[in-house]
Amino acid sequence: MQGLAHQLIAGIATGGIYASVALALVMIYQSTHHLNFAQGEMATFSTYIALTLIQAGLPYWVAFLATLVISFGIGVFIERIMLRPMQNASVLANVGVFIGLLLVFRNAMGWIFDYTIKAFPTPFDTGTPLFGGLVSGHELGSTAVTLVVLGLVYVFFRFTKLGLGMRAAAFNASSSRLVGIRVGWMLALGWGLAAAIGAIAGIMIAPVVFLEPNMMLGILLYAFAGALLGGIDNPGGAVLGGFLVGIIENLGGAYLVGTELKLTLALGIIICVLLVRPTGLFGRVVQSRV
Amino acid sequence: MDAGRDRIGTGIALPAAGAAERSAARPLRLLGLLGLVAVAAVLPPLFASSYQLFQLTLALIFAIAILGLNIVTGFNGQISLGHGAFYAVGAYATAIMMSHFDLPWWETLPVSALICAAFGFGIGFPALRLGGLYLALTTFSLAVAVPQILKYKGVEDWTGGVQGVFISKPDAPEGLGLDADQFLYLVVLAFAVAIFLLAHNLLHSRIGRAMRAIRDHSIAAEAMGMDIARIKTRTFALSAGITGLAGALSAIAIEFVAPDSFSVELSITLFVGLVVGGVGSIVGPLFGGVFAVFVPNLAESISRAAPGVIYGVILIFFLYLLPQGFAGFPQRIRALLRRRPEG
Repeated sequence: MQGLAHQLIAGIATGGIYASVALALVMIYQSTHHLNFAQGEMATFSTYIALTLIQAGLPYWVAFLATLVISFGIGVFIERIMLRPMQNASVLANVGVFIGLLLVFRNAMGWIFDYTIKAFPTPFDTGTPLFGGLVSGHELGSTAVTLVVLGLVYVFFRFTKLGLGMRAAAFNASSSRLVGIRVGWMLALGWGLAAAIGAIAGIMIAPVVFLEPNMMLGILLYAFAGALLGGIDNPGGAVLGGFLVGIIENLGGAYLVGTELKLTLALGIIICVLLVRPTGLFGRVVQSRV
Repeated sequence: MDAGRDRIGTGIALPAAGAAERSAARPLRLLGLLGLVAVAAVLPPLFASSYQLFQLTLALIFAIAILGLNIVTGFNGQISLGHGAFYAVGAYATAIMMSHFDLPWWETLPVSALICAAFGFGIGFPALRLGGLYLALTTFSLAVAVPQILKYKGVEDWTGGVQGVFISKPDAPEGLGLDADQFLYLVVLAFAVAIFLLAHNLLHSRIGRAMRAIRDHSIAAEAMGMDIARIKTRTFALSAGITGLAGALSAIAIEFVAPDSFSVELSITLFVGLVVGGVGSIVGPLFGGVFAVFVPNLAESISRAAPGVIYGVILIFFLYLLPQGFAGFPQRIRALLRRRPEG
């Protein structure tokens, strides 16, 4: 029973990471109908930036905030420079650009920071076991951080004018343009936000899985699975899907398939969702006029 | 073949005179093709060192694999980011059949291709009913998961786990006076010629037109009575089979299969080769194969990370400036020449 509870809590903790990345994916998918295959690599790159800043002597939370700002800038820059010219290009060309970004980011990391596996500091107290060893300090802290971030994102989109503008731009670009919303910049802001959210996920998972250029590849897979499970056009659903996938992964890993086939489990979830309920748990069936 | 394809692609009707001219030019083109194949069959075994020959063999194998990918992505418009998985399955199938069952190498090839086609059907079926990015997503996940599956303890008796499986290159039949490398090069060349010809004929047949119709306008294709899910899934199976055959040939050429040679990078290499060679072109994969084998070698002399960065930059460069890849070069130049006199 203790074991089960522990797996459940660990599942929620990693689920928060998957939920964040899934949210980043869905934010971009909603407004452009493209999946950012480089999202994981961008997040890992941000984590390296955070590590560099911490090693340069900045306090943890200052480095954390600085990384978010830098990542936001990188996201906006990529959208403006790389994706804007591809706006009317084919799906294949867009996927190609994402793959190109993935290659550049991943190998640039190997080039700049080398391929050795690095430890990443955690700001949370990991010494004393909490609740009788049920949950580690880092798990609790990172879950709290991801929940706060998800809450902030919700508040931003629900209650601010800018958030409303971004939702409008994603929902109907041409109407938004007519009421004076600068759709292009809304897309760029969305990219920036997605990159920053990804950065938080990277920083929070790095103390657990250690930092190396491949760190987010598996996590991206789980985020895909989470986004699909929740509904790829529904941010709230994707977040819930991410948490669910985290729990499934931990329980499945502990009782069903073992840790060796964890990535296959993600693939299995994706295929099951596509077979049984392609719109996901909370997605809508999209009908388009021809 | 290029002119015919592009006229279809741009929707301009083929004039009757053009068709007659093409059929008159046909024997000539066939002769040219035969000449090229003869040169490719004679020159390298005579003059290339055995390492160079090995690299050429690999380039041809990659060309076959990229042709497989091109059939589904270039001609049917369905994006696959995980063809490395089929390459891996083909390689492992052949390696296992050769090492565990002592089958001769040539018997394993059709079986491996069939296994891959069936596997491709299974992967394509859930994703291709839906269209959009679902296939890209599923195949990308598959490519990421493959090394882990190959290392799995439960199948270690077959796959050899992390160590992989060793096999040995077939000797040339006696009396030909060839060594094993030369023989293998010729075998792979023969396979490449046969598969490229088959693909060419298939893509210019009724089925090929259906594939392209689905790529260009799937709703119109459906309205014309095509069962698009069925055609897409079968195309994907065919494509997986061809790429799997390439994987099987690679296992024989390299004499070794191991999980880490089939990471997601392999799938990305095939994808980059496709874009650089020419999406939706039959000769494009040949350029792609050469690119995939020789460019990383050149770049690796700079740094271990350099091939990846250069790959990424080249990929993006091609997408922006030369979306038709190397295969589009002659046309580009022709278009430039034609424009100039008009001023």
